[in-house]
Amino acid sequence: MEARTVKEIVAFCQGLFDDLDFTRAREWKAAVPGRKVIGYMPVYVPREIIHAAGMLPLGILGGGADMEVIHGDAYYQSYICRIPRSTVELAVTGRLDFVDGMLFPSICDVIRNLSGIWRILFKEKYVRYFDAPQNFREDVGGVFYSNELREFREGLEKLAGRRIADAEINASIEVYNENRLWVNRVYDFRADFPWKAPSAEVYLLMRAGMVLPPEEHTLLMREYLSAAGAQDRPMRDNCRVVLTGVFCEQPPLNLIKSLEISGCYIVDDDFLLVCRWLLEDVQADGDPIENLSRAFLLHSAQTAAKYEADMEVKGRYLIDAIRRRRADGVIFAAPSFCDPALLDQPMMISRLDALKIPYITMQYAENSGQMQPIREQSGTFADSIKLWSSS
Amino acid sequence: MSGREVVKSNSQLVQKEMISRNYDRITDGNHKVSSTFVPGNLNELLMCFDIANNLPEINAIQNAMRKKSGDMITEAERAGHSEDVCTYVKADIGMMAKGNIAPNGKPFPNPDILLLSYTGCFTFMKWFELLREQYKCPTVMLHVPYAADGTPTRNMRDYIVRQLKEDVIPALEKVSGVRFDIDRLREYLRKSAAAEDDMVWMLESTKHRPSPIDCYFGGVYYMGPIFTAFRGTDEAIEYYRLLRLEIQERIDKGLCAQTPEGDMPEERYRLVVEGPPNWTSFRDFWHMFYESGAVVVASSYTKVGGIYDYEGFRHDPDHPLETMADYCLGVYTNRSLPTRVDMLARNIREYDADGLLINSIKSCNSFSAGQLVMMREIERITGKPAAFIETDLVDPRYFSAANVKNRLESYFQMIDQKRRLGGSSAAGV
Ligand code: SF4
Ligand code: SF4
Repeated sequence: MEARTVKEIVAFCQGLFDDLDFTRAREWKAAVPGRKVIGYMPVYVPREIIHAAGMLPLGILGGGADMEVIHGDAYYQSYICRIPRSTVELAVTGRLDFVDGMLFPSICDVIRNLSGIWRILFKEKYVRYFDAPQNFREDVGGVFYSNELREFREGLEKLAGRRIADAEINASIEVYNENRLWVNRVYDFRADFPWKAPSAEVYLLMRAGMVLPPEEHTLLMREYLSAAGAQDRPMRDNCRVVLTGVFCEQPPLNLIKSLEISGCYIVDDDFLLVCRWLLEDVQADGDPIENLSRAFLLHSAQTAAKYEADMEVKGRYLIDAIRRRRADGVIFAAPSFCDPALLDQPMMISRLDALKIPYITMQYAENSGQMQPIREQSGTFADSIKLWSSS
Repeated sequence: MSGREVVKSNSQLVQKEMISRNYDRITDGNHKVSSTFVPGNLNELLMCFDIANNLPEINAIQNAMRKKSGDMITEAERAGHSEDVCTYVKADIGMMAKGNIAPNGKPFPNPDILLLSYTGCFTFMKWFELLREQYKCPTVMLHVPYAADGTPTRNMRDYIVRQLKEDVIPALEKVSGVRFDIDRLREYLRKSAAAEDDMVWMLESTKHRPSPIDCYFGGVYYMGPIFTAFRGTDEAIEYYRLLRLEIQERIDKGLCAQTPEGDMPEERYRLVVEGPPNWTSFRDFWHMFYESGAVVVASSYTKVGGIYDYEGFRHDPDHPLETMADYCLGVYTNRSLPTRVDMLARNIREYDADGLLINSIKSCNSFSAGQLVMMREIERITGKPAAFIETDLVDPRYFSAANVKNRLESYFQMIDQKRRLGGSSAAGV
C-alpha cells in the first residue's frame, strides 16, 4: 500500500474527531463478539489494564464545538463548565450506548460528581470513580493506589468474565510504552520543526489515540512523522509558546488554529495528558500493579489536579517545559468555571513573573465561537515577544 | 435586615462566648495555630498538641455576615483570582490583603501549620496551596478518598490512618513540640461522643409537629460547636445539654421554630433543604421563610462537617485513628450522589416534609454539580415537589432577593396546590 500523505493522514484523524457516534470504536467492538469498550475522562487512567482485559479504552472529551447540547443543559447550571453537560448529552442521545463502562478520574468535583450522575442515569453500566493518591510516599499513597488498581482490575475481570493475567498486563505495558515513545517523538518533532507539524495536526493525531487501539495509533504516529518529516512547508516568523490549562474540557479546534495563525507556534501543551502522563517507561516485568503504581507516584506529569507537597517544586514542570522547548512565553487557556485550571493559575503566574517569562491568559468553552478576540490577543502577544527579543 | 430585634436564647449566648474565646485563643500570641477546613476536621487531634484551630470557612462566613466579604472578594479578583472560582477562597485571600483582622478586632497570626484536610472538596487543595504561598509555613496534606460507591472501603480507611501516623501526627508534633499521647486523644473522643448524642437528639427533634427549631438557618448555629473548634471539649457537652433542655421545653410548650424574630407563629410548610445557605443576606433569606411559615426540618448543610444521623456514626475512643478516618470519609460532600439522594429522600419521608428545596451555590462545584439530577431523582422517589434557587455563599453580587422570593412563593403555591389535590408529585419550579 502506498504511504499516505500528511493531508490524508490528517483527514483520517479529522474524520475520527468529527464522528461523535464513535463509529470506529463501534466497529472494533462489533468485529469480535464479546468485546467491550471502556470510556474514560481526563486526565489519566492506566489504560494498560483495560487493554490487558482485551477491551478498548475510549477517551471521552465532551461533545466539542459543533454538537448542539439540547438535554445537557437540563442537567447542569450555567455556572458549571461545559464538558459534563456535553458528555451527558452524548450519553442520553445514545451515542455512548455501546460503551460498557465509564471511568471518572479524580481530577475535580465536577467529574467526581459526574460519576454519581452516571450511577443514577445508567444503572446497568460499570462505573468507576478512578481515585489516585495525593500522597506520593510508596508506603502510604503507594499502598493505597496499588490496592485501588487491584480493585479496578477485579472490576474489569468481572465485566470480562475472566481473569486478567500479570503477563497480559505486562504485555500491554509494553504496548503503551511504545505508544508513549512515539507520542513523545511527535512532540519533540513539533518542538524542533513547528512549521512542519502544526499544532492542529498534532492535536488531531493525539485525538485519534483516544479512539484507536494503541497499536494502530502508534503506527499512525510513525506514518505521520515520516510523512511530515519529508514534506517542505514554509517556516513562519512565529514565536514559540507553551499552551497550558487545556487538560480537560477541550477548546475548539479553531482556537488552536487561531493561535498559530496569529503568530504563536505551540511547542508544548497539556492536551490529552493521558498519552504522556507517565514520564518514563513502565517496567514491563514483575508485578505490573506495583510497577504502574510506582510509575504514577514517582514519574508522572504535574497538573493542577495533583497536589505538590513541595512549594519549591510547584510550577517546575511548566518551567522545565518552557526551557526544554525553548519557548518564548506561555498561554494560559482555561475552560470557564474550571476550578483546577483557574485556581492554579495565580501560582503558576507568580513563578513566571519571577523569571520574567511573558504570558497571557484567556478563557474558553468547548463551543466558543468567536475567534477574532483570541486571534487579536495572541497576535499582540506574539508581536510583543518578537519586539522584546529583538530589543 | 436592620431594625428587627434579635431574640437570643441561653444556648446562643453561651455559643457566642465560646466563639469569641476561641478567637481570643487564636489571636493571643500564646498558642500555636493551625488552619484547617470544617468538613471532617481533626479538632480532637489538634487539641492533643495544644494547637488552636482556625477555620477559614468560618472566617469567611463571619465576614459575610458583617457585610465585609464583598470588598474582600473584589480585592482578590483585582489581584488576579478568577471570577469563576469559590468565593470562600477569595474572601480569605482578600481578608489577608486587608490586614487579616479577626472578628475580635485583633490581627490573625500567621498559621504555624496548614493542615490541608482534603475532604470532600477539590478547592481545598488549591486553597491551601495558595495560602502556603503567602505564609510559607509547614503544610501537611491529609487526602481523604471520595466514597464513590456509597460506602467507604477498608483501603480508604487504612490510607487515612497511615497518613495520620506517618505524616500528620509527626508534623503536628514538630510544630507544637508536644509528643503525641493516644490516651489524651481517646479522652477527647469520648467527650465528642457524649456531645454527639445530644446533638443528634437536637437534629431529630424536628420530627415533632410543629418543629421546635429550624434545621437549616437555625441548624447552622446548632451545629457550630460540633463542626468547629469545640468537638472534644466539656464546653461542647455543656452546650448541647443546654440546647437539649431548651428544645425540650419548646416541645412541651408546643412552640413553633425559634427564629431571630421570635417563635414562628405558625408552621405551614416543612422543607428539606440541600446546599449551603447564602451568608451575605442570611437574615433576609431566613425572613422569607419566616413570613411564609416555612420551617426547615432537615438539611444537608447540617451534615457538612460530618454525618451523625444516617448510619449512626459517633466518635469511638476505642479506635481513635480509625474513627477519625471514618468521620472524614463520612462527610456529606464526600458522599456519592446516589447516597446524597438517598439521605435527602429519607429525610423527606422521616421528617414528614412537604418537599425539597435546593439552594444551589454558584461557587461550589462540590455541592452544586449534579444537583439538578438529584432534584429529579428525589422527586421521583418521594413524589414530593422540589424547587431550585441559585445564590452564592459570600459574594453579595449573587443574591437576588426578588428572584429568590418569587421562586419561594411559587414553590409554596405548588405545595398548596398539591395538598388541595391530594395527588402526586408536581414538577420542579
Ligand atoms: S473543565 Fe475543569 S472543572 Fe470542568 S470537569 Fe474539567 S477539570 Fe473539572
Ligand atoms: S464552598 Fe464548596 S468549593 Fe468552596 S471550599 Fe466549600 S465545599 Fe469547597
